[in-house]
Amino acid sequence: MQSRTVRNLALLKTALWAACLFPLARLVYAAFAGRLGANPIEAVTLATGKAALVILLITLLVTPVRRITGWNRLIQVRRPLGLFAFFYALLHFLTYVVLDLFFDFAAVGEDILKRPYITVGFAAFVLLIPLAITSTRGWIRRLGKRWQTLHTLVYVSSVLAIVHFFWKTKADFREVQVHAAILAALLLVRIPGWYRRLRPVSVRR
Amino acid sequence: MLIRRASDIPSSEITPESVYMNRRAFMGAAAGVAAALVPGSLAACDAEAAQQEQEKLTPYEDVTQYNNFYEFGVDKDDPARNAKNFRTRPWSVAVEGHVAKPATYDLEDFLQPHKLEDRVYRLRCVEAWSMVIPWRGFPLRDLINRVEPTSKAKYVEFVTLHDPKQMPGQRVGILSWPYVEGLRLDEAMHPLTLLATGLYGRDLPNQNGAPLRLVVPWKYGFKSIKSIVKIRFVENQPTTAWMRAAPDEYGFYANVNPNVDHPRWSQKKERRIGEFRRRDTLMFNGYMEVASLYSGMDLRRYF
Repeated sequence: MQSRTVRNLALLKTALWAACLFPLARLVYAAFAGRLGANPIEAVTLATGKAALVILLITLLVTPVRRITGWNRLIQVRRPLGLFAFFYALLHFLTYVVLDLFFDFAAVGEDILKRPYITVGFAAFVLLIPLAITSTRGWIRRLGKRWQTLHTLVYVSSVLAIVHFFWKTKADFREVQVHAAILAALLLVRIPGWYRRLRPVSVRR
Repeated sequence: MLIRRASDIPSSEITPESVYMNRRAFMGAAAGVAAALVPGSLAACDAEAAQQEQEKLTPYEDVTQYNNFYEFGVDKDDPARNAKNFRTRPWSVAVEGHVAKPATYDLEDFLQPHKLEDRVYRLRCVEAWSMVIPWRGFPLRDLINRVEPTSKAKYVEFVTLHDPKQMPGQRVGILSWPYVEGLRLDEAMHPLTLLATGLYGRDLPNQNGAPLRLVVPWKYGFKSIKSIVKIRFVENQPTTAWMRAAPDEYGFYANVNPNVDHPRWSQKKERRIGEFRRRDTLMFNGYMEVASLYSGMDLRRYF
């Protein structure tokens, strides 16, 4: 039984890597096949941003699924998922700085300060940096309980990512609404847990 | 219908379709034709003409595969896919409001008296990308003169076809359908303002606004309304579809202006489709001859 869940987990991890590399592979293929369309930079920006957000939401799905199924080893997919989300957020940011604005740091700075949707998008990305850095075993050990606290930033980051998506949408809000609803659900299911943890210790025996 | 080219273009400079379609061979020829066809260059100073000479046409493929036409979907490649079976015949155009000769025309009758000409214009989208497109059409002023607006007509309002069966985007409340646009009468009378029926020397592809669209090259692309069924001459400034959707972001005038940012993004620069680096956006999209239409107006307020 034990070996079977381990095997399942290995399979799941392989599938996870394949799935998470798929958006990148598709972009690379499209780039070489000349299929990025009339505005390739926009296409890359949209695809990397979308991948970052979707993988971030999937990362937030791990804990609720683990609670519901009781499959505790599932926790092992959370780190690679989170790092993949960060990876695409980084690509998204680099696409904007390198391809879109071509190192025009004055323009980047102005955007970050003056354009609210870029301000929050940038903040969502920056907040993921400490999480990616402290995702190693060593950092988890060193930070102890504080690691948990630090990593609640993932909620702030994902809310900001959704706001970024909302504020850049021009007229058709259906897509961002779906993502917002999913994030809302993922946050809502956590509320009972947070509530329990906030109650005084006396409740526990 | 009579297709006549503008009289000032020697026949030697008209580009045959085979060349249009052959991109590589075309590039060299394009510069010369573009300069000859852009009316602005004829009137404007040498520096501007020189700059326009270097303008390279955006490839036909990009002009027809990268479109904002929300009636057929919001992604850029949606219109080409979803407008494939759009029926543009029979098609009628109603001319209404304060005109001496209101009428509903069959498209052929509507176009029949007009001489079609080819004109290369820059198109600057409010989303900060741009193209250079060889349109085929006739000046809107020719139509206006034909239908004789009365003194009460101060604005012209245009309406796109409303047909959710054919236009899937209209089944969703993305904008308040049908799409409405408008011009002040003097803007509509400006010789640059075109009613287009084609591009690259052929009929408009459906995704580009067939069978009849507006082209106002000094305004953001969304002013250039597509698939027009109604042209109304009105006394009061029309409320356009985008003004209704987001009044603080899209004004009635929507003149291309690098000094007035969209509330959410900068309008200083643009990406010309096919180019890597952004280029500077020009006031009135480089068509300075329209500046006198707005003398004394605060373009920050009337954005």
